[in-house]
Amino acid sequence: MAKANRPLSPHLQVYKWGIHMVASILHRATGAALAFGLLLLVWWLTALATGPDYFNYVTMLLTSTVGRLVLFGITFAAMQHLASGIRHLIMDTGVLYDLERNRFSAQLTIVFSIIATLGIWYQAYALAGKI
Amino acid sequence: MSDMNTPLAKVRGLGSAKTGTHHWWMQRVSAVANIPLVIWFVVSMLGHVQSDFATLFSWMQVPFVAVLMILLIANMSYHMNLGLQIAIEDYVHGRARIVSMLVLDFATVVLAVLGIFSVLKISVGG
Repeated sequence: MAKANRPLSPHLQVYKWGIHMVASILHRATGAALAFGLLLLVWWLTALATGPDYFNYVTMLLTSTVGRLVLFGITFAAMQHLASGIRHLIMDTGVLYDLERNRFSAQLTIVFSIIATLGIWYQAYALAGKI
Repeated sequence: MSDMNTPLAKVRGLGSAKTGTHHWWMQRVSAVANIPLVIWFVVSMLGHVQSDFATLFSWMQVPFVAVLMILLIANMSYHMNLGLQIAIEDYVHGRARIVSMLVLDFATVVLAVLGIFSVLKISVGG
């Protein structure tokens, strides 16, 4: 590979931040976070297949304060990636490229993911009888 | 229109591999498949916030649940592989890229097999 000081395309820090940029970066960041989420899911499934003792241990870790914070973060990542992913699927049809709709749809993904995340966790606590 | 190649290009034989859009397309296909699977998973987990080991174990033995869980693991692993591959292509260069790609592919298969085997062990072997 040539190791010359060839110009690279400008990276994040040279741009003025916009909500569409936030949505784009979040899409990749949440995707990476969800890879970790899948790892936790598979760990949880192996624990269920292993037996009650190990399963209860894993459940104890996942429902601890730190565990809940991680799962809350993964819930947000899933909802943001879902909304942003649907936006990308819509953009694949050739729409939402004008600045106004692009910006509005980006805002919409973030509003959706925050509301959905809080809604899911409110529901979880309500179903557990803790609210 | 059937052949626009120059004679030299023909001899070199470096034409399209006919797979250029496959990665892009399969990322979309697996993304669409993930939508109902994730909604089912979230709703299911909400229904099990109070469940203990025995309840979850017998739930996982229901064929419908086991099949959906296997589809979820398989499709998510595949979608994860496609997505992380693009991230590696963007940020990792040279020899490290090849190593990263290999690790990603091996890890993806191990993860998928672990998850699917666990579901099968519960539903068939349990």
